[in-house]
Amino acid sequence: MTARASKRLARWAVTAPPLLYLLVFFAAPTLIMVLASFRSPAEFGGLAPLVDEAGKLDLNVDSYVRFVTEPVFMRVFAKSAGYATVTTLFCLLLAYPLATLIASSGRKYRDLLLLLVILPFWSNFLIRIYAWMIILGPNAALAKLVNGTLALFGAPPVPLLFSGFAVLVCLVYVHLPFMVLPLYANLEKHDQALLDAAQDLGANAWQRFWRITFPLSLPGVYAGAALVFIPALGIFAIPDILGGPEDTLIGNLIKQQFLETRDWPFGSVLSIVLTVAALVLAGSAAWVARRGARRDA
Amino acid sequence: MRRRSPWLWAAAIVAYAFLYVPLLIVVVYSFNDSRLNAEWVGFTLDWYRTLAHDEQMLRAAGNSLVIGIVASGVSTVLGTMAGLAMHRYRLRLLPILIFAPIAIPEILTGVSLLIFFVLLNFTLGLVSVALAHIAFCIGFVAIVVRARLAGMDETLTEAARDCGASPANAFRYVTLPLIMPGVIAGALMAFTLSIDDFVITFFTAGAGTVTLPLAIYSMIKIAVTPEVNAVSTLLMLLTLLLIIAAARLSPSLFRSQGDH
Repeated sequence: MTARASKRLARWAVTAPPLLYLLVFFAAPTLIMVLASFRSPAEFGGLAPLVDEAGKLDLNVDSYVRFVTEPVFMRVFAKSAGYATVTTLFCLLLAYPLATLIASSGRKYRDLLLLLVILPFWSNFLIRIYAWMIILGPNAALAKLVNGTLALFGAPPVPLLFSGFAVLVCLVYVHLPFMVLPLYANLEKHDQALLDAAQDLGANAWQRFWRITFPLSLPGVYAGAALVFIPALGIFAIPDILGGPEDTLIGNLIKQQFLETRDWPFGSVLSIVLTVAALVLAGSAAWVARRGARRDA
Repeated sequence: MRRRSPWLWAAAIVAYAFLYVPLLIVVVYSFNDSRLNAEWVGFTLDWYRTLAHDEQMLRAAGNSLVIGIVASGVSTVLGTMAGLAMHRYRLRLLPILIFAPIAIPEILTGVSLLIFFVLLNFTLGLVSVALAHIAFCIGFVAIVVRARLAGMDETLTEAARDCGASPANAFRYVTLPLIMPGVIAGALMAFTLSIDDFVITFFTAGAGTVTLPLAIYSMIKIAVTPEVNAVSTLLMLLTLLLIIAAARLSPSLFRSQGDH
């Protein structure tokens, strides 16, 4: 065997197996789903035959038309986007002081403080949802405190669990690390001399933050916002477990289409719209962040 | 070190408390002598005893373990190959297939695999779940291995080749031992991801197969007992140990600076 042939063989030996696996178990299912979105649902769920008895090919855009024309689906999308936006804002609010503290810590503590942010992320997703079931439960201390206070003002008690509030708190909880990490990575690179110069010129802490630190941190903010917003948009377990009947989000709708209604084409349309929305957002966040970085450079 | 205001400390402590208090409550209530997760009554190990005799939960744990071992084993081999390939060659398709499953919403991976398996008349169960887990674990292993390779002196492998080693032997005796910590860290990470996965498992498991996260899901949807706290505490402990092991083997994974 020539050296060249053996090199090509080595290249194929390491590239082909993972490539093949991902083509079969990732690319093919995704393509099948795109095709499924252009088909009709069968009478008892799944997909209608590709070619019917009359020999007519089953390819149409009915499910897309349904998504666009029935306002209820757009409303669910808007609601999901609203929840994801509020989640992103609260994550930013909590993550900023945390990232600032870590970035300004000495080398010795930095890794530890950062690890403490990442660690909860590695505990099971369902356990983290379940924890909020306990905290917000009707017999727990928090609900008693809130409803006791409300009673003082003669207001009726409010349920904390199975509500939009519970969904939002848990969304912020599970996504917080995704905001802290990019923000920290950005803040860590800031030049302290800029802040010192501003101080020498008479800027107070508030001005230093809003005129220097915050604008410089925007690429980190955009990256964090994308990392929080995208998974928050497609979540289904949190509203499923902590939400009330009003809290149906896109994820729940997709789950319904596949496991209950068994309307695969429409479920595929919803999944594709969700994914396209997520990718467009991620792409524009990356674009804005890169433009910001270039301007700073 | 820069001067920091006490307000910053206060805000950061609130954020850390927000991250840890919920998990601590789960752990504390797993030792609570009360059926309600509402207030502390007294210490007991009853919920762990109940757990030890819960056949369904034990079966779920067994399933999770088998799926985790198979999925992490296969995805480590494939992911190491992918990491190596992406490090050495200029490829187009492979990097897209490696990063896309990580970037797109998890639910899409879940439902598209559901359609795929059902259309192929593939029975949903342990095998379909393991195949799905391998698909999303490969990318994570590949990224960890590539990070390890990036920090490695590639001339060592070239030297071995110049001395007449075949590509396979150069890999077996030079590259592999050098990247081993990355490979093991990737395997531990894949195992953790597999044993913790809920969304993709939910869609690919079918009706009869239960893993630990699925068992926890049906318990908290139907009837919450502190047995959930007990199983959660044990699962958290396992994850914590695996992650600490992975972090020790591949510090760059969790370090604030360095190649990513």
